[in-house]
Amino acid sequence: MTSISSHDDQFNARVDLHHLAEMVAEGSRVLDVGCGDGTLLRLLAEKRGADARGIEISQKGVNECVTKGLSVIQGDADSDLIFYPDQSFDYVILSQTLQAMNRPREVVEHMLRIGRYAIVSFPNFGHWRIRFQLLFSGRMPVTKNLSYSWYETPNIHFCTIDDFTSLCKDIDAKIDHAVALDRFGIPVRTDLPRTLWNFFGEQAVFVLSPR
Amino acid sequence: MTHHAASEIGQRNEATHPSSAVVQFDADAPLQLEGGGRLAPWSVAYQTYGALNADRSNAILICHALTGDQHVANVNPVTGKGGWWETMVGPGKPFDTNRFFVICSNVLGSCLGTTGPASINPANGRPYALDFPVVTIRDMVNAQARLMDHLGIETIFCVAGGSMGGMQVLEWVASFPHRVFSAMPIATAAKHSAQNIAFHEVGRQAVMADPEWRKGRYLDEGTRSEKGLAVARMAAHITYLSEQALHRKFGRNFQDRMAPTFSFDADFEVESYLRYQGRAFVERFDANSYLFLTRAMDYFDLAKDHGGSLAHAFAGTKTRFCVVSFTSDWLFPTKDSRAIVHALNAAGASVSFVEIETDKGHDAFLLELPDLFNTTRGFIDSAARAKELSVKAEAR
Repeated sequence: MTSISSHDDQFNARVDLHHLAEMVAEGSRVLDVGCGDGTLLRLLAEKRGADARGIEISQKGVNECVTKGLSVIQGDADSDLIFYPDQSFDYVILSQTLQAMNRPREVVEHMLRIGRYAIVSFPNFGHWRIRFQLLFSGRMPVTKNLSYSWYETPNIHFCTIDDFTSLCKDIDAKIDHAVALDRFGIPVRTDLPRTLWNFFGEQAVFVLSPR
Repeated sequence: MTHHAASEIGQRNEATHPSSAVVQFDADAPLQLEGGGRLAPWSVAYQTYGALNADRSNAILICHALTGDQHVANVNPVTGKGGWWETMVGPGKPFDTNRFFVICSNVLGSCLGTTGPASINPANGRPYALDFPVVTIRDMVNAQARLMDHLGIETIFCVAGGSMGGMQVLEWVASFPHRVFSAMPIATAAKHSAQNIAFHEVGRQAVMADPEWRKGRYLDEGTRSEKGLAVARMAAHITYLSEQALHRKFGRNFQDRMAPTFSFDADFEVESYLRYQGRAFVERFDANSYLFLTRAMDYFDLAKDHGGSLAHAFAGTKTRFCVVSFTSDWLFPTKDSRAIVHALNAAGASVSFVEIETDKGHDAFLLELPDLFNTTRGFIDSAARAKELSVKAEAR
């Protein structure tokens, strides 16, 4: 939370997006839910030749996207995914937005209905730094990636990697691929058992498909 | 024609002798109407800007609103003022006439040269008045399609318009899906709401209550059907603005006085403004056209025409869409645009949707709004890239 943090945030965000983009097959149809200013959409269109479309709740983000020539609609993932037909995209991506959803379970279920694959990336609330903060300070954790105070945070539904894994089981989603990223956006060693990912991973990326 | 003295108001001359290019369709090329009737002969008046390229792929069709006209970006022959969308259409503008061939035609039923109730009925040599058939948005679009055929344009690069113009854009895609590469419906709806039909009915009743209207035969009888039309316009004009904009512009300010006169003079600025709007409108518009065009909007319900599902109207569409609404527009509120977007999503269409923050109400689409310009530029440029359009039209 010093002056270098904003630069680091940007760096981390880019690494995260590159990881996501690499998971998408060339020339796919992609829906980015919560696409922000369209950075990932652009990456997908330019690097992966994707037919990439987005939903974004903030008017500012949408205007930026459309000005860049991206196909983005102003909308709310919690209420608007219902209007997309079954299996109409190859990938539906939810990048760092799951924790801000009113009904994250329903959102993931819709993603699996709309896409052949759902890609979800989220901050891991089971990361050791967060655990230690709560344990030792006795106060709601505030970290570099999760920098809001409890009373103003848009992040209303945090989960850990283990929580998300168990949600996947509950909604009968197949985990095709999962990776935990450290604070630099670099994957943690995949030979570690998953319970350790839950400790060392600052973010996670899951690729799911319907069973 | 005896009542058509040259000294009479301009719109009458423009109705029968427009200062635009006109395509005349003869008796052997009738226009079949949705309501069952047909028009023959009939004509379309239109304006163009820029140059059509060699493969005829750079045409943009602008569809005008209820009381708009084809004079998008040139001096209006009736008012002497600039075109109604010259902020958007012209060299270097979002609809860039250096790159695109922009066309706008006067809609069927209007009064600036395309056949309407002020045109001469070939059956009796007198103005149609209420003998003109009730036309629909689809009829307007069919008329435009005939104009496109005449100009040799099969695929239109973009069809764009606001309000009633937006209804035509939606109808274009539904009726001629293969002919529209991209579409920009702005501040519009796929069906006219009960509230909007109600406002239109108030306007029509105001026109019809005017004794000078003469059951629509005012042109024949040499009267001026203006008072009712002015009231209709005043009422409608309120719906084009917003409470915030009215408050910002006028508040409770007095007009040229310091205190109320305790009379029914236009004490308030807002009254004076509305009276001016009413007076200015009747100088350029035909009362019967107002009846017919408001009716066409009332009847518009695109879902109803497609088995009750709006998504069916767009099934399989390849058209790229950019839907735009304005936060303070209560005549065509954002939820109407959202309904269009949801139907397009359900149809798997490529769609962008922008809600622009402004306090200027429904009329915002006619005003200078950087967000609208940037959105339009971004959309048109990306559509042009998608079409791999050779953007420079051949020099004449």
